[in-house]
Amino acid sequence: MRLLEFQAKELFREYGINLLPSKASTTIEEGRKHAKELGYPFVIKIQVPVGGRGKAGGIQKCQNDDEFELKYPQVLGLTIKGEKARAILLEKMADIKKELYLSLFLNRSKRCYTIIASPEGGVEIESVKNQIIKEVGLGNVSEQVAREVAKEMKLEGKAADDFVNILQKLAKLTIEKEAELAEINPLAIMQDGSLMALDGKFVTDDNGNFRHDELQKYQEKTEIEERAEKSGFSLVELDGNIAVVGNGAGLVMSTLDMLSDNGGKPACFLDVGGGATTESVYEALTLISKMNRVKGILVNLYGGIVKTTVVAEAFLKAYDDKLINLPVFARLKGTESEKAKEMLKGSRTKIYDSVEEAINASVMGIKK
Amino acid sequence: MTDIFKLLRGTPEDSDYKKKGVIVQGITGAYGSVHARNMISYGTNIIAGVTPGKGGQKFEGKVPIYNTVKEAVDASGAKISIIFVPAKFFLGAAKEALEAGIKLLVAIPEHVPVRDTMEVLDLANKKGAIIIGPNTPGIMIPELIKIGIMPPMPFKAGNIAVLSKSGTLLYEIADALTNAGFGQSITIGIGGDPINGTRMIDAFDMVKDIPDLEGLVIVGEIGGDSEEILAQHIIDIGFKKPTVAYIAGRAAPKEKRMGHAGAIVMGTYGSAESKVSMFNKANIPVAKRPSQVPVLLAGKMQQSD
Repeated sequence: MRLLEFQAKELFREYGINLLPSKASTTIEEGRKHAKELGYPFVIKIQVPVGGRGKAGGIQKCQNDDEFELKYPQVLGLTIKGEKARAILLEKMADIKKELYLSLFLNRSKRCYTIIASPEGGVEIESVKNQIIKEVGLGNVSEQVAREVAKEMKLEGKAADDFVNILQKLAKLTIEKEAELAEINPLAIMQDGSLMALDGKFVTDDNGNFRHDELQKYQEKTEIEERAEKSGFSLVELDGNIAVVGNGAGLVMSTLDMLSDNGGKPACFLDVGGGATTESVYEALTLISKMNRVKGILVNLYGGIVKTTVVAEAFLKAYDDKLINLPVFARLKGTESEKAKEMLKGSRTKIYDSVEEAINASVMGIKK
Repeated sequence: MTDIFKLLRGTPEDSDYKKKGVIVQGITGAYGSVHARNMISYGTNIIAGVTPGKGGQKFEGKVPIYNTVKEAVDASGAKISIIFVPAKFFLGAAKEALEAGIKLLVAIPEHVPVRDTMEVLDLANKKGAIIIGPNTPGIMIPELIKIGIMPPMPFKAGNIAVLSKSGTLLYEIADALTNAGFGQSITIGIGGDPINGTRMIDAFDMVKDIPDLEGLVIVGEIGGDSEEILAQHIIDIGFKKPTVAYIAGRAAPKEKRMGHAGAIVMGTYGSAESKVSMFNKANIPVAKRPSQVPVLLAGKMQQSD
């Protein structure tokens, strides 16, 4: 899961990483209280789980009450890359001498944790220059290794000491919370030479969640997502009007690609997992019935051992129960497909022999 | 490079040539038992099972069950094991297998924490063992040995090697290949996790020198850079066998995990464009849809004739 900045900073604070005073709120009333406590000037920062906040106007300097009354609602009302504000963070303005970059991430190709540091931070990682890259195995960073990085960064005195300290604490946090990425960008050198984490990005491994009850409060799930998870489905909601359902992440992605190639707009990615049963397909249809934007359902099931009649039963039951009244365009690879076609005759579910045919029919059928 | 065929098939002088023994960890579980049965009916020599507390019993009245992998290995001499335990027990089960001397470990579970996978890989390195997965459909030599959960129908013996991150896409593409007359010499499931025991490049190195190899199919998906690294490797070593790729996830939004833990684009890292452009650089055509794979492969073969 990807934590919001203020959540990442809660963890930073807990681990003793230097931060500026800041407070998170979700309403302007709460925000006014925080403004008083912090005192001007401060920065208003939108809390969304995506990057590019600054460019989108989600980070605003604030000097006085008038500016606050104007800017707080503005920032709170922003949508960035489809993400609405989850909260607003007010953070004390800082007198910065220099911006650095520091992260620890799971290096997939080298299969180890890796430090990336740079004396030139404050920009997106793709544009960070002079990257210092160090592989650190399972994530432990000794003082010696941290010193080496600080030296390569050409840091001296207090800044070097702070850097070593922050890097080691960030590594401890990464290991203990099972993070895939822990990033401080910018890591600022203040006028007095000390270092402060001005931003925080923290992504944890969802598969480690069962060991981390303390992170559950950061979990943000819609009712639909929660139900999907309970059924062992993977669901990603999208903004089109054709729901895409299949078994296996690769197959559903592939169906999404082909649908988009043909001008269709996917409403969701829904992977019901390995096998498909009457119950799992019925539950998938239940979840889709809750998405108002959906005008049709594209189903692509590769059931090696799945009986397509079992899947057909789910569609029939869903119509009988008035769960859905949508057209379904299905490609069901598996056994007994002739019988399944017979069962679905006269219903709003049509079975096609190839996924290409099902996609074409869905795009044509939904356009009207 | 470990000779994967030696492990899976053996050599004619072996007493168990073409019937290498395989241990199933979690053989009495709901999932493990179904697939143990399927593997047996495919012809895989399931030689022992492991379920703590059920030692002494027999699976299907035939396959002896042991409490520990060590006992199973001692009794059977098997070097191969497949794991079906729930993700949170994977670390323990995998370590136990490696400590007992297993040299090829097929890790089926999905949702294994990355930290656990890394710990297992660390031990596997020290023991000189191969891990396939986690989150893999498995590995097979069609019509000889199946160590995994793949349905048998799409596969046919032949001379095309298929490497795939995804399970169902592997079946889909193998199906298309088989229908077009391209049987498979071996199929290796890389798995959909961020960290793979056998990476694309490792799997490629296992198959690139198969003497009668006629072609290679790479089934990738968004996330990470294993496809890019493989494409560069293919350029570097000058591999000339007809090769075709497919990449799933072109239409996926950025920074969203698409089902597989590893299927996520961060910035430009892991994007389909990046993978497709590297394959283009390596002169490897990338299919737009699974059904196009055999067509492109046939085209490549004609070129090389």
